[in-house]
Amino acid sequence: MKKESRILWKLFTSTLYLSTFTFGGGYVILPMMEKKFVEDFEWIDEEEMLDLISISQSAPGSMSVHASVLIGYRMAGLIGALVTFTGTIIPPFIIMNLLSYIYGAVRGNLLIGHLLRGMQAGIVAIIVNLIYKMVARILKKKKIIPIATLFLSLAGIFIFNLNIIYLLLFAGTVGAIETSLAVKKEDQKVRNSQEAKR
Amino acid sequence: MIYWQLFMSFLRIGLLSFGGGYAALPLIEEEIINSRGWMSTTDFVDVLTMSEMAPGSLSINSATFVGNHIAGIPGSFVAALGVTLPSALLVLLLAFVYYRFRNFSLLQGIIRGLRPTVTALIISAGISIIPASLFKDNEMAASVKNLDFISVLLIMIAFWILRKSKLGPIQVMVITGVIGIVSFGIFPS
Repeated sequence: MKKESRILWKLFTSTLYLSTFTFGGGYVILPMMEKKFVEDFEWIDEEEMLDLISISQSAPGSMSVHASVLIGYRMAGLIGALVTFTGTIIPPFIIMNLLSYIYGAVRGNLLIGHLLRGMQAGIVAIIVNLIYKMVARILKKKKIIPIATLFLSLAGIFIFNLNIIYLLLFAGTVGAIETSLAVKKEDQKVRNSQEAKR
Repeated sequence: MIYWQLFMSFLRIGLLSFGGGYAALPLIEEEIINSRGWMSTTDFVDVLTMSEMAPGSLSINSATFVGNHIAGIPGSFVAALGVTLPSALLVLLLAFVYYRFRNFSLLQGIIRGLRPTVTALIISAGISIIPASLFKDNEMAASVKNLDFISVLLIMIAFWILRKSKLGPIQVMVITGVIGIVSFGIFPS
Protein backbone atom coordinates (compact mmCIF):
# COMPACT_ATOMS: atom_id res chain seq x y z
CA MET A 1 0.00 0.00 0.00
CA LYS A 2 2.78 2.36 0.98
CA LYS A 3 4.72 1.54 -2.16
CA GLU A 4 1.71 2.26 -4.29
CA SER A 5 1.15 5.71 -2.83
CA ARG A 6 4.83 6.44 -3.36
CA ILE A 7 4.43 5.60 -7.05
CA LEU A 8 1.34 7.81 -7.30
CA TRP A 9 3.18 10.68 -5.64
CA LYS A 10 6.13 10.27 -8.00
CA LEU A 11 3.76 10.14 -10.99
CA PHE A 12 2.08 13.32 -9.83
CA THR A 13 5.24 15.31 -9.13
CA SER A 14 6.99 14.25 -12.32
CA THR A 15 4.07 15.10 -14.63
CA LEU A 16 3.60 18.38 -12.75
CA TYR A 17 7.26 19.17 -13.26
CA LEU A 18 7.33 18.18 -16.93
CA SER A 19 4.20 20.15 -17.67
CA THR A 20 5.49 23.30 -15.95
CA PHE A 21 8.88 23.42 -17.61
CA THR A 22 8.28 22.10 -21.09
CA PHE A 23 7.63 24.84 -23.56
CA GLY A 24 6.59 23.90 -27.06
CA GLY A 25 3.93 21.18 -26.83
CA GLY A 26 3.90 17.48 -27.64
CA TYR A 27 7.05 17.10 -29.67
CA VAL A 28 9.14 18.60 -26.89
CA ILE A 29 7.46 16.95 -23.92
CA LEU A 30 7.46 13.39 -25.29
CA PRO A 31 11.27 13.04 -25.39
CA MET A 32 11.43 14.53 -21.87
CA MET A 33 8.92 11.95 -20.64
CA GLU A 34 10.92 9.22 -22.25
CA LYS A 35 14.02 10.37 -20.41
CA LYS A 36 12.20 10.55 -17.08
CA PHE A 37 10.22 7.31 -17.15
CA VAL A 38 12.53 5.11 -19.23
CA GLU A 39 16.02 6.28 -18.24
CA ASP A 40 15.66 7.89 -14.82
CA PHE A 41 12.96 5.79 -13.15
CA GLU A 42 13.38 2.68 -15.33
CA TRP A 43 9.65 2.02 -15.01
CA ILE A 44 9.00 1.32 -18.69
CA ASP A 45 11.31 -0.08 -21.34
CA GLU A 46 12.18 1.76 -24.52
CA GLU A 47 9.98 -0.36 -26.75
CA GLU A 48 6.87 -0.01 -24.63
CA MET A 49 7.43 3.74 -24.45
CA LEU A 50 7.43 3.86 -28.26
CA ASP A 51 4.15 1.92 -28.25
CA LEU A 52 2.63 4.35 -25.75
CA ILE A 53 3.75 7.30 -27.88
CA SER A 54 2.22 5.83 -31.02
CA ILE A 55 -1.05 5.22 -29.16
CA SER A 56 -1.07 8.81 -27.94
CA GLN A 57 -0.60 9.98 -31.51
CA SER A 58 -3.46 7.83 -32.75
CA ALA A 59 -6.12 9.69 -30.83
CA PRO A 60 -7.28 13.25 -31.40
CA GLY A 61 -6.31 15.89 -28.86
CA SER A 62 -3.24 16.86 -26.91
CA MET A 63 -0.44 14.31 -27.27
CA SER A 64 1.28 15.30 -24.03
CA VAL A 65 -1.90 14.71 -22.03
CA HIS A 66 -2.39 11.36 -23.74
CA ALA A 67 1.14 10.15 -23.13
CA SER A 68 1.03 11.03 -19.44
CA VAL A 69 -2.40 9.44 -18.99
CA LEU A 70 -1.10 6.25 -20.59
CA ILE A 71 1.99 6.16 -18.40
CA GLY A 72 -0.16 6.72 -15.31
CA TYR A 73 -2.51 3.94 -16.35
CA ARG A 74 0.37 1.59 -17.10
CA MET A 75 1.96 2.19 -13.67
CA ALA A 76 -1.07 2.37 -11.38
CA GLY A 77 -4.31 1.71 -13.26
CA LEU A 78 -7.14 4.20 -13.47
CA ILE A 79 -6.07 6.07 -10.33
CA GLY A 80 -2.63 6.47 -11.87
CA ALA A 81 -4.20 7.83 -15.05
CA LEU A 82 -6.25 10.30 -13.02
CA VAL A 83 -3.17 11.42 -11.09
CA THR A 84 -1.03 12.02 -14.19
CA PHE A 85 -3.96 13.70 -15.96
CA THR A 86 -4.31 16.14 -13.06
CA GLY A 87 -0.57 16.72 -12.85
CA THR A 88 -0.37 17.55 -16.54
CA ILE A 89 -3.37 19.89 -16.56
CA ILE A 90 -2.66 21.97 -13.43
CA PRO A 91 0.37 23.99 -14.60
CA PRO A 92 -1.02 25.30 -17.92
CA PHE A 93 -4.38 25.84 -16.20
CA ILE A 94 -2.89 28.10 -13.53
CA ILE A 95 -0.50 29.89 -15.88
CA MET A 96 -3.13 30.65 -18.52
CA ASN A 97 -5.62 31.86 -15.92
CA LEU A 98 -2.99 34.24 -14.57
CA LEU A 99 -2.10 35.38 -18.09
CA SER A 100 -5.77 35.94 -18.80
CA TYR A 101 -6.05 38.40 -15.89
CA ILE A 102 -2.76 40.08 -16.69
CA TYR A 103 -3.81 40.43 -20.33
CA GLY A 104 -7.07 42.07 -19.31
CA ALA A 105 -5.16 44.54 -17.13
CA VAL A 106 -2.32 45.47 -19.47
CA ARG A 107 -3.71 45.17 -22.97
CA GLY A 108 -4.12 48.93 -23.17
CA ASN A 109 -0.45 49.46 -22.29
CA LEU A 110 1.46 50.77 -25.30
CA LEU A 111 4.66 48.84 -24.63
CA ILE A 112 2.80 45.56 -24.14
CA GLY A 113 0.85 46.33 -27.31
CA HIS A 114 4.10 46.68 -29.27
CA LEU A 115 5.48 43.49 -27.73
CA LEU A 116 2.35 41.50 -28.59
CA ARG A 117 2.26 42.94 -32.10
CA GLY A 118 5.87 41.89 -32.61
CA MET A 119 5.21 38.41 -31.24
CA GLN A 120 2.15 38.11 -33.48
CA ALA A 121 4.47 38.49 -36.47
CA GLY A 122 6.46 35.61 -34.97
CA ILE A 123 3.41 33.38 -34.67
CA VAL A 124 2.34 34.15 -38.23
CA ALA A 125 5.79 33.07 -39.42
CA ILE A 126 5.54 29.91 -37.30
CA ILE A 127 2.19 29.01 -38.87
CA VAL A 128 3.44 29.77 -42.40
CA ASN A 129 6.53 27.65 -41.76
CA LEU A 130 4.39 24.81 -40.41
CA ILE A 131 2.14 24.91 -43.48
CA TYR A 132 5.20 25.00 -45.75
CA LYS A 133 6.65 21.91 -44.04
CA MET A 134 3.36 19.98 -44.05
CA VAL A 135 2.66 20.66 -47.73
CA ALA A 136 6.24 19.86 -48.72
CA ARG A 137 6.06 16.55 -46.86
CA ILE A 138 2.92 15.56 -48.78
CA LEU A 139 4.15 16.70 -52.20
CA LYS A 140 7.62 15.19 -51.81
CA LYS A 141 6.31 11.65 -51.45
CA LYS A 142 4.72 11.93 -54.91
CA LYS A 143 1.83 9.67 -54.01
CA ILE A 144 -1.41 10.37 -55.80
CA ILE A 145 -3.89 9.74 -52.96
CA PRO A 146 -2.52 12.15 -50.33
CA ILE A 147 -1.95 14.86 -52.94
CA ALA A 148 -5.48 14.42 -54.30
CA THR A 149 -6.89 14.46 -50.75
CA LEU A 150 -5.04 17.70 -50.04
CA PHE A 151 -6.46 19.45 -53.11
CA LEU A 152 -9.95 18.01 -52.67
CA SER A 153 -9.94 19.20 -49.04
CA LEU A 154 -8.79 22.67 -50.09
CA ALA A 155 -11.61 22.76 -52.66
CA GLY A 156 -14.04 21.51 -50.02
CA ILE A 157 -13.04 24.32 -47.66
CA PHE A 158 -12.60 27.27 -49.98
CA ILE A 159 -15.13 26.54 -52.74
CA PHE A 160 -17.85 24.42 -51.15
CA ASN A 161 -17.59 25.61 -47.53
CA LEU A 162 -17.90 22.07 -46.23
CA ASN A 163 -18.03 21.36 -42.52
CA ILE A 164 -14.76 20.21 -40.91
CA ILE A 165 -16.40 16.99 -39.73
CA TYR A 166 -17.31 15.87 -43.27
CA LEU A 167 -13.81 16.58 -44.49
CA LEU A 168 -12.27 14.55 -41.67
CA LEU A 169 -14.75 11.71 -42.26
CA PHE A 170 -13.89 11.68 -45.95
CA ALA A 171 -10.12 11.61 -45.41
CA GLY A 172 -10.39 9.04 -42.62
CA THR A 173 -12.39 6.73 -44.89
CA VAL A 174 -9.84 7.13 -47.67
CA GLY A 175 -7.07 6.28 -45.21
CA ALA A 176 -8.97 3.25 -43.91
CA ILE A 177 -9.65 1.86 -47.41
CA GLU A 178 -6.08 2.47 -48.53
CA THR A 179 -4.68 0.72 -45.47
CA SER A 180 -6.95 -2.30 -45.66
CA LEU A 181 -6.15 -2.71 -49.37
CA ALA A 182 -2.43 -2.47 -48.58
CA VAL A 183 -2.79 -5.07 -45.82
CA LYS A 184 -4.63 -7.40 -48.18
CA LYS A 185 -1.92 -7.00 -50.83
CA GLU A 186 0.72 -7.74 -48.22
CA ASP A 187 -1.13 -10.91 -47.18
CA GLN A 188 -1.39 -11.96 -50.82
CA LYS A 189 2.35 -11.46 -51.28
CA VAL A 190 3.12 -13.58 -48.22
CA ARG A 191 0.80 -16.31 -49.47
CA ASN A 192 2.34 -16.24 -52.96
CA SER A 193 5.86 -16.53 -51.62
CA GLN A 194 4.81 -19.42 -49.38
CA GLU A 195 3.29 -21.20 -52.37
CA ALA A 196 6.40 -20.54 -54.44
CA LYS A 197 8.50 -22.17 -51.73
CA ARG A 198 6.29 -25.21 -51.85
CA MET B 1 -26.03 27.67 -20.24
CA ILE B 2 -22.63 29.19 -20.85
CA TYR B 3 -20.66 26.48 -19.00
CA TRP B 4 -22.33 23.74 -20.97
CA GLN B 5 -21.65 25.60 -24.24
CA LEU B 6 -18.00 26.07 -23.31
CA PHE B 7 -17.66 22.42 -22.38
CA MET B 8 -19.29 21.18 -25.59
CA SER B 9 -17.32 23.55 -27.82
CA PHE B 10 -14.02 22.46 -26.36
CA LEU B 11 -15.07 18.83 -26.31
CA ARG B 12 -15.55 19.09 -30.06
CA ILE B 13 -12.14 20.73 -30.42
CA GLY B 14 -10.51 18.00 -28.32
CA LEU B 15 -12.16 15.12 -30.16
CA LEU B 16 -11.57 16.42 -33.68
CA SER B 17 -8.02 17.72 -33.56
CA PHE B 18 -6.13 14.81 -35.04
CA GLY B 19 -2.39 15.24 -34.96
CA GLY B 20 -2.02 17.42 -31.87
CA GLY B 21 -0.69 20.96 -31.61
CA TYR B 22 -1.71 23.18 -34.47
CA ALA B 23 -4.27 20.66 -35.75
CA ALA B 24 -6.50 22.22 -33.09
CA LEU B 25 -6.12 25.67 -34.65
CA PRO B 26 -8.83 25.46 -37.37
CA LEU B 27 -11.26 23.89 -34.88
CA ILE B 28 -10.66 26.52 -32.22
CA GLU B 29 -11.09 29.21 -34.85
CA GLU B 30 -14.34 27.65 -36.08
CA GLU B 31 -15.82 27.30 -32.58
CA ILE B 32 -14.57 30.46 -30.90
CA ILE B 33 -14.69 33.04 -33.68
CA ASN B 34 -17.08 31.79 -36.35
CA SER B 35 -19.84 29.81 -34.72
CA ARG B 36 -19.99 31.26 -31.17
CA GLY B 37 -18.56 34.72 -31.77
CA TRP B 38 -16.81 34.63 -28.40
CA MET B 39 -13.80 36.52 -29.67
CA SER B 40 -12.58 38.72 -32.50
CA THR B 41 -9.82 37.46 -34.77
CA THR B 42 -7.40 40.04 -33.36
CA ASP B 43 -8.00 38.95 -29.76
CA PHE B 44 -7.70 35.36 -30.85
CA VAL B 45 -4.26 35.95 -32.36
CA ASP B 46 -3.23 37.35 -28.97
CA VAL B 47 -4.54 34.16 -27.35
CA LEU B 48 -2.46 32.10 -29.76
CA THR B 49 0.59 34.21 -29.01
CA MET B 50 0.26 33.68 -25.27
CA SER B 51 -0.60 30.00 -25.65
CA GLU B 52 2.57 29.48 -27.63
CA MET B 53 4.71 31.34 -25.08
CA ALA B 54 3.35 29.46 -22.07
CA PRO B 55 4.15 25.82 -21.28
CA GLY B 56 1.50 23.27 -22.17
CA SER B 57 -0.25 22.37 -25.38
CA LEU B 58 -1.97 24.88 -27.61
CA SER B 59 -5.41 23.35 -27.03
CA ILE B 60 -5.35 23.35 -23.19
CA ASN B 61 -3.80 26.80 -23.08
CA SER B 62 -6.27 28.42 -25.42
CA ALA B 63 -9.18 26.57 -23.78
CA THR B 64 -8.18 27.90 -20.36
CA PHE B 65 -7.71 31.43 -21.65
CA VAL B 66 -10.93 31.57 -23.65
CA GLY B 67 -12.87 29.90 -20.82
CA ASN B 68 -11.62 32.52 -18.37
CA HIS B 69 -12.38 35.31 -20.84
CA ILE B 70 -15.97 34.08 -21.25
CA ALA B 71 -16.91 32.90 -17.77
CA GLY B 72 -14.08 33.40 -15.25
CA ILE B 73 -12.24 30.58 -13.50
CA PRO B 74 -15.20 28.15 -13.54
CA GLY B 75 -15.40 28.79 -17.29
CA SER B 76 -11.70 28.06 -17.74
CA PHE B 77 -12.16 24.86 -15.74
CA VAL B 78 -14.98 23.45 -17.87
CA ALA B 79 -13.23 24.49 -21.09
CA ALA B 80 -9.92 22.86 -20.09
CA LEU B 81 -11.75 19.73 -18.96
CA GLY B 82 -13.78 19.62 -22.17
CA VAL B 83 -10.74 19.77 -24.38
CA THR B 84 -8.76 17.11 -22.48
CA LEU B 85 -10.99 14.65 -20.62
CA PRO B 86 -12.98 13.01 -23.46
CA SER B 87 -9.91 12.50 -25.63
CA ALA B 88 -7.96 11.19 -22.62
CA LEU B 89 -10.72 8.61 -22.03
CA LEU B 90 -10.60 7.72 -25.71
CA VAL B 91 -6.85 7.16 -25.55
CA LEU B 92 -7.29 4.84 -22.57
CA LEU B 93 -9.80 2.85 -24.57
CA LEU B 94 -7.36 2.69 -27.49
CA ALA B 95 -4.60 1.48 -25.16
CA PHE B 96 -6.91 -1.23 -23.88
CA VAL B 97 -7.69 -2.37 -27.43
CA TYR B 98 -4.03 -2.17 -28.35
CA TYR B 99 -2.84 -4.37 -25.49
CA ARG B 100 -5.52 -6.89 -26.32
CA PHE B 101 -5.03 -7.15 -30.08
CA ARG B 102 -1.58 -5.68 -30.70
CA ASN B 103 -2.76 -4.50 -34.08
CA PHE B 104 -2.90 -0.89 -34.88
CA SER B 105 -2.32 -0.63 -38.60
CA LEU B 106 -5.88 0.36 -39.57
CA LEU B 107 -6.01 3.15 -37.00
CA GLN B 108 -2.62 4.45 -38.02
CA GLY B 109 -3.72 4.27 -41.65
CA ILE B 110 -6.72 6.43 -40.84
CA ILE B 111 -4.50 8.96 -39.07
CA ARG B 112 -2.14 8.99 -42.05
CA GLY B 113 -5.10 9.47 -44.38
CA LEU B 114 -6.24 12.46 -42.31
CA ARG B 115 -2.92 14.29 -42.62
CA PRO B 116 -3.57 16.05 -45.98
CA THR B 117 -6.99 17.22 -44.80
CA VAL B 118 -5.57 18.48 -41.51
CA THR B 119 -2.96 20.34 -43.56
CA ALA B 120 -5.71 21.92 -45.69
CA LEU B 121 -7.61 22.93 -42.53
CA ILE B 122 -4.53 24.55 -41.02
CA ILE B 123 -3.96 26.42 -44.30
CA SER B 124 -7.49 27.82 -44.17
CA ALA B 125 -7.19 28.79 -40.49
CA GLY B 126 -3.83 30.42 -41.23
CA ILE B 127 -5.27 32.42 -44.09
CA SER B 128 -8.05 33.82 -41.94
CA ILE B 129 -5.76 34.66 -39.04
CA ILE B 130 -2.78 36.17 -40.87
CA PRO B 131 -4.56 39.44 -41.92
CA ALA B 132 -4.99 40.34 -38.23
CA SER B 133 -1.24 40.77 -38.11
CA LEU B 134 -0.69 42.17 -41.62
CA PHE B 135 -3.00 45.17 -41.44
CA LYS B 136 -3.02 48.13 -39.09
CA ASP B 137 -6.77 48.35 -38.76
CA ASN B 138 -8.82 45.23 -39.20
CA GLU B 139 -12.09 47.10 -39.49
CA MET B 140 -10.73 48.79 -42.60
CA ALA B 141 -10.41 47.17 -46.02
CA ALA B 142 -7.28 45.28 -46.93
CA SER B 143 -5.25 47.79 -48.94
CA VAL B 144 -1.62 48.76 -49.38
CA LYS B 145 -2.26 51.91 -47.35
CA ASN B 146 -3.55 49.84 -44.49
CA LEU B 147 -0.64 47.39 -44.69
CA ASP B 148 1.59 47.29 -41.62
CA PHE B 149 5.06 47.28 -43.15
CA ILE B 150 6.89 46.64 -39.88
CA SER B 151 4.82 43.51 -39.29
CA VAL B 152 5.38 42.31 -42.85
CA LEU B 153 9.12 42.78 -42.42
CA LEU B 154 9.04 41.05 -39.02
CA ILE B 155 7.16 38.08 -40.47
CA MET B 156 9.76 37.73 -43.21
CA ILE B 157 12.63 37.96 -40.74
CA ALA B 158 10.98 35.40 -38.43
CA PHE B 159 10.32 33.04 -41.33
CA TRP B 160 13.92 33.35 -42.45
CA ILE B 161 15.19 32.59 -38.93
CA LEU B 162 12.90 29.55 -38.66
CA ARG B 163 14.12 28.15 -41.97
CA LYS B 164 17.81 28.96 -41.67
CA SER B 165 18.62 28.51 -37.99
CA LYS B 166 17.93 25.96 -35.30
CA LEU B 167 16.06 28.44 -33.11
CA GLY B 168 12.68 27.24 -31.88
CA PRO B 169 9.30 29.02 -32.08
CA ILE B 170 9.60 30.59 -28.62
CA GLN B 171 13.02 32.09 -29.25
CA VAL B 172 11.78 33.47 -32.57
CA MET B 173 8.78 35.06 -30.86
CA VAL B 174 10.99 36.64 -28.20
CA ILE B 175 13.18 38.09 -30.97
CA THR B 176 10.25 39.51 -32.97
CA GLY B 177 8.66 40.76 -29.73
CA VAL B 178 11.77 42.74 -28.79
CA ILE B 179 12.23 44.11 -32.33
CA GLY B 180 8.52 44.95 -32.18
CA ILE B 181 8.90 47.06 -29.01
CA VAL B 182 11.78 48.99 -30.57
CA SER B 183 10.43 49.47 -34.10
CA PHE B 184 6.77 50.12 -33.26
CA GLY B 185 8.07 52.54 -30.62
CA ILE B 186 10.18 54.46 -33.16
CA PHE B 187 7.60 54.33 -35.97
CA PRO B 188 4.17 54.49 -34.35
CA SER B 189 1.37 53.85 -36.80
